[in-house]
Amino acid sequence: MSVTQDDVRRIARLARIAEPTDRIEQLTGELNGILDWVEQLGEVDVEGVEPMTTAVSTPLPLRPDAVTDGEITQDILKNAPRSEEGFFVVPKSVE
Amino acid sequence: MPLDTADYTYRIPGQTGDWEIVVGLEVHAQVRSKSKLFSGASTEFGAAPNSHVSLVDAAMPGMLPVINEECVAQAVRTGLGLNAKINRFSRFDRKNYFYPDLPQGYQISQFEFPIVGEGEIECERDDGSRFTVGIERLHLEQDAGKSIHDLDPNATYVDLNRSGVALMEIVSRPHLRSPGDAAAYVRTLRTIVRYLDTCGGDMEKGQMRADVNVSVCKPGAYEKFRESGDFSHLGTRCEIKNVNSLRFIQQAIEYEAQRQIDLLEDGGKVIQQTRLFDANTGVTRAMRSKEEAHDYRYFPDPDLLPLKLEEAFIETLKAGLPELPAEKRERFVSRLGLSEYDASVLAADKDRADYFEKVIEGRDAKLAANWVNNELFGRLNKEGLSITESPVGPQQLGKLVKLIEEDVISGKIAKEVFEILWDEGGDPEAIVEKKGLKQITDTGAIEKVVDDLIAQNPEQAAQVRDKPKAMGWFVGQVMKATGGKANPQAVNEILQKKLLG
Repeated sequence: MSVTQDDVRRIARLARIAEPTDRIEQLTGELNGILDWVEQLGEVDVEGVEPMTTAVSTPLPLRPDAVTDGEITQDILKNAPRSEEGFFVVPKSVE
Repeated sequence: MPLDTADYTYRIPGQTGDWEIVVGLEVHAQVRSKSKLFSGASTEFGAAPNSHVSLVDAAMPGMLPVINEECVAQAVRTGLGLNAKINRFSRFDRKNYFYPDLPQGYQISQFEFPIVGEGEIECERDDGSRFTVGIERLHLEQDAGKSIHDLDPNATYVDLNRSGVALMEIVSRPHLRSPGDAAAYVRTLRTIVRYLDTCGGDMEKGQMRADVNVSVCKPGAYEKFRESGDFSHLGTRCEIKNVNSLRFIQQAIEYEAQRQIDLLEDGGKVIQQTRLFDANTGVTRAMRSKEEAHDYRYFPDPDLLPLKLEEAFIETLKAGLPELPAEKRERFVSRLGLSEYDASVLAADKDRADYFEKVIEGRDAKLAANWVNNELFGRLNKEGLSITESPVGPQQLGKLVKLIEEDVISGKIAKEVFEILWDEGGDPEAIVEKKGLKQITDTGAIEKVVDDLIAQNPEQAAQVRDKPKAMGWFVGQVMKATGGKANPQAVNEILQKKLLG
């Protein structure tokens, strides 16, 4: 598996980072290097092994349904570039 | 009309012949819980902006999600209510996209392994006929915050109170074939979640909203799809996002189907896309977002371990399930002897069913059903009130029914008492007592009235012998003389005896 320069531009767009115009060739090479490296895992025989997404075998911790948090509007809005009457105010974004 | 042979196929005539529609729905139902899916902030509706928000909901760096056990239980209960498979293993994935009301930059959802798998529910049309809709899956996910666009012409205001509230996304199979059936399906879902108390079901408050998938095809194509499971028999679908009322669901489907037909008949092609329904104009329009907005790059959320359910957990929830609407309807028919129609009307809404069951405690169910369905619902509809706003409570109505049942008052007098209860409230027995409305069942008293009448009106009395129908006049006179309180049955018997002998 490998990525093209177009793929890299697309990934940048999806991640909302500036298109790395001047480094596109270098980045494509680096990303393909990582992919090649991961590809090597394909050599491992995983016949009969359940796919897994974690090496932790403990169960998912559950919490009881109780209100224990929130009511900290000031903290929530503290770092907002702009806020008004308790709302975050962001550039117009309407569909 | 025999319902099983009725033709419910919805067809839209076009220049190239008839068209049919195929609809599938994704319903987002807000889970009823005190706190959010992954944080301890409150889910209460209507709070000051950004008050029910924790650092987790605002996606501050370093915050970790911890799942709410009750939300898991609610999803399982709902799955059981949809007769669906409960998956012992499910997993949470990140759905990546950017929007101002999604501070994480991803929504935690379940993609490959949902908590609930395939199921099936029976839905009911307005005419009482029923149809089955397959459920593909139900998964748990986070709700987003709320963007408000009309407070400022140049800015969007964001409130994160709803951010992180648990949602159940319930995905149907494309088994709906008309706008009316789609609405009936959502109505049935709403009834089920309200019975289970797993979702409030209030569409006006956004507790339930639907994404509607619509495609059109020529007659016969859908049957081929059902036989083979091959989607290529169906047309290209468009998804209408976030429709928030039953009426709008129908309108959106009608408009969208016609748009696709017009497009195809003009030689065009339907492009798979996401559209918005404008309730003001009744039209759907394509969303401006670029195609890549749909590239969500799902991957397992590394902050959360897989969710494994124990058998005992599921069994306990199963044992605690309330009676569901279909079971209730059946019981009303088989145990209480109600008509299918009465049973359906009463079971279709949890509040109505609860009210009715309070009315019938120790009373005649058929008579009570009649009073609840006709007198009470009729009056509530007229005044635009819901059952929970009824000025006449179930205990009051129950007592009234009891009075009719025990022949203390006639049905006609009961209507008068009902009016008094509606306007002034009070206790039915006390009202009957105070106003002297008790039925006269003392035959001696009625006989005296009849004897007097016959004595005063010998000609009419003679007429009755030739024309028994003329007895109606006497019935009216007896009622008039007794202020409507004479027992009608007793009056008839006595008149028969005295006039026809």
